This record gives sequence, C-alpha cells and structure tokens, in this order.
Amino acid sequence: MNLTLKIWRQKNAASPGCLETHEARDVSPDMSFLEMLDMVNERLVAGGQEPFVFDSDCREGICGTCSLVINGVPHGSRKGTTVCQLHMRHFQDGQTITVEPWRARAFPIVKDLIVDRAAFDRIMLAGGFISVNTGNAPEANALPVSKEIADLAMDAAACIGCGACVAVCKNASAMLFVAAKVSHLNYLPQGQAEKDRRVKNMVLQMDQEGFGNCTVTGSCEAVCPKEISLDFIAKMNRDYAVAVVKGELKKSAAGGTG
Amino acid sequence: MNFLMKIWHSSLGKKYIMGISGFVLVSFIVAHMLGNLQVFLGPSWINTYGQLLHDNHEILWPARIVLLTMIGLHIWSAVKLRAENRAARPVGYAGDPAPLASSYASRTAMMSGLIIAAFVIFHLLHYTLRVRAVNLTNMDFSTLRDSAGRPDIYLMLLLGFSKWPVAVFYIIAVGLLCLHLSHGMRAMFQSVGWKWTFGGVSHLPDRIARWFAVVIFILYTSVPTAVMCGFGKAYREAAVQQLSAGAVAEKEVAR
Repeated sequence: MNLTLKIWRQKNAASPGCLETHEARDVSPDMSFLEMLDMVNERLVAGGQEPFVFDSDCREGICGTCSLVINGVPHGSRKGTTVCQLHMRHFQDGQTITVEPWRARAFPIVKDLIVDRAAFDRIMLAGGFISVNTGNAPEANALPVSKEIADLAMDAAACIGCGACVAVCKNASAMLFVAAKVSHLNYLPQGQAEKDRRVKNMVLQMDQEGFGNCTVTGSCEAVCPKEISLDFIAKMNRDYAVAVVKGELKKSAAGGTG
Repeated sequence: MNFLMKIWHSSLGKKYIMGISGFVLVSFIVAHMLGNLQVFLGPSWINTYGQLLHDNHEILWPARIVLLTMIGLHIWSAVKLRAENRAARPVGYAGDPAPLASSYASRTAMMSGLIIAAFVIFHLLHYTLRVRAVNLTNMDFSTLRDSAGRPDIYLMLLLGFSKWPVAVFYIIAVGLLCLHLSHGMRAMFQSVGWKWTFGGVSHLPDRIARWFAVVIFILYTSVPTAVMCGFGKAYREAAVQQLSAGAVAEKEVAR
C-alpha cells in the first residue's frame, strides 16, 4: 500500500505547529498503525530528517499510552480499539491520513504527537485510592461483593486512562475518565470509606485542570477503546450530589486524642 | 451561601442548575399546553380558565417570578458552561469534527435554545402584552371581549393563528423546542444521575425524553394547525364582522 500522511509537527508547547505531508510507500496491510509510523520514521532518519515522536508502550491495547487522532477520530475509527491494535488493512491504498495529537488545554503538547497527560495523574492522586491495612493480603472472600456490583466495578476499572474521551469530546471534558475511576472504587465495599471525599476531590481536581463540561453527546463512549459506558457519568453525578448535600463531617473538638 | 457558591463553581453543580431549571421550565411547558388544549373545548372553557389565572395575582406573580428566575439561571449557566468548554480546547483539529454518536439535537442545543428565547419574547409580545404591531391582524387583542364581557382568549388564538407567518413561526419554534427537549431532558436525567432500568427496559429516562418531545410537539402544534385548517372560522368571522360593525357605529356616533 502507498499512503499520504499529514502528520502534526510541533517543536514544543510554546511554539506553533503545523501538519507536514509525507509519503508512506510499500506499507504492508499486516502492519499496525504504529509499525507503519515506525517505518516512516526509520526512512526519515535514514534520509537525515528528524523523526516524529509519538507515545506507545505495550502495543497490545492494554496500557493506554498510545494516543493518536486519526482522520479526526481518537484511536481511529475501529470500535473498541487502541491505535496500536489498529491495522493498516483497514485503510485503502492511496488514502490520505491525518495524524494529530490529543487536543485539550489540560493536555499540553510536549512534542509532535506526544501530550502531557499528568492532569489525569493529579486527578488520581486526589481520590483514586482506597485505605487498606498493611500486612498480608486479606482472604479474597472475606468481603462479600455481589456479582452485579463486581461486574459493574470491573467495567469501570477497564478504563486504561488513555484520554481518548477528552480528545474526542467537543468540550474536551474528562468526565468519562473521572466517572470510570470514581465508579470503580465507589461501587466496591473497599471504596466506601472515602466514597464522598473521593468524588468531591476528584471532580474538584478535574475542574482545576481546565477540562470542559459534559454535554451528554456520547462521543466519548463511542471512541473509548474499552467501551466505558456513559452510565458511569450518571453514577458520578449522583454520588457527587449526595456528597455535596451531606456536607463536611464536623471536626472533633478534642482532635481525636480522647 | 457557601454551599450554593460551591455548587455554582463546580462543573457538575452548574449542570445540576441547568437540569433543575430545565425541569421547572418543562413543567411549565406541560401546564401551558394543557391550558392551550382547552381551546378545543370551546370559548367558554378557555376564557373561564384565562380569567381564573388573571384574577389570582397571588398565584400568577410568584409563578412568573419563578419562571423568569429559572430562565435566567438556565441561560446564565449555559453561557458559563459554554465559555469553559470553549476555553478547554484552544487549538482544534484539522477538518470538521466528526459527529461520532452525538445526536443532532445535542450539537445544536445552544442554537435551538437561542431561537426559542427569541420566540418566547415574540410570544409574550403577541399574546401576553398584546402589542398590536406584532400580531399582523391590525387589531388590538387587549380589547377583545366575549359575550360574558371577559377577555376573549378563544378569539385571540383564532385571530393570532389565522395569520400564516405567525402560525408557521410558532410551529417551527415548537419544533425546535422539542428538539431541544429531546436532548435536554435526557441530559437532565443524566446530570442528576437518574438512569434506571425498569421492567427490563434499559435507559428509561432517555426513552421518556424522546417520546415526551414527540408528544409535546404533536399536542402543541395541533392548535395552530387546526386554526389554519379552518377550526373556529365561523366564530372568528362573526366576531370580526361584529367588531367592524361596532367600529362603523362608533364612527357614526362620533360624526
């Protein structure tokens, strides 16, 4: 296959970028999209030009590192697929393909196609954890969890934090990511101790990072490589409302010293 | 106060305000529609109903104030949310964004909302403040009286919708309102976290929103459609004849 690529080139966050056109010759339909980019880069290096930088790690669709917008769609138009699992057989010979980075104020561009997703890490730090006792791992069946709850929590936990939801949302909203992380822990008994604090703090951090708001278009759900459901956003909205209405716990006057 | 400011400053909080103010406005839309449909029960029904509303100032004014506040909150939160959403993506993608599962109604909610707001202003001038210049009939709606001496709302509706540009604008505006609601009600349920499954039907609120919009559209547009198809023509023509005869008589007296 021969393809024409229009790839985003940007030196750093401070300088403006532009789309550069490159020809990709003799592409095998069995290559993944990232392998095709590797090949283009190798030829650029051989020709003394600078390669394009892009994120990738596991290349088996489970780590959430790869992050390319292909023809306007994050991870390309295959349903439930990350870029690394997108193969060139889904493209036509002679096609022009536009490759861009995630676009959001909260995800500043590091270089070319790599964006800084530390905003997601800070949201996780704000509440994406549970309190556990130290020592040996507890007996797995000591804490009963119903099948329905376990399934729902697992569906939410499938989020790999790639940020495609932000990239596709017309408002660059991180609601689907935050909702998946909040729901995952808020559904489970292990997450109950910090339930209210978790949702409040994670939403507050999300707002401070400068993501947009949810307008319930459902685009995020449609591109999510792990097919996280919009229903988790409803769950987060409900948990947040309950937490806000409950208010803060009264601080103990004695400071808990007895 | 602190509690309210917290809600206002949070992204989710503004969506609650959006949803709850929308819910109050939807309730009004239903009540208003039930009022309108009384036109099919004849002049005495709807005129009695109108008299009842207007004579009870202790209900009328609080209701008006609440509705105006809700409209204010709905628009204000929409503007704030929109500004934040724009700021969240300073550099866009090449080419037009793909719609990707989003409905037409969701992508155009801001625009349909603005057109509805313009229509509401016209509608108030037309039937509430009864400004003669906007009704195209060259008649003063505030002087219309029925045989019992009450304001003749029945005749006002017939005259108002007998002008096709008015009726067509009304139907288009109601269509946009229902488009707005088909997305807005779904988003409202989502924003407050209601997504029940009942009797094996998943996403019941989403389905309710879609059907509600269709039903509202049919019932609201039935009034102007019926008038344009000739409903109440005899009553209207008799009243117009009587009015012009009265005007001639007045002129004679003046002479």
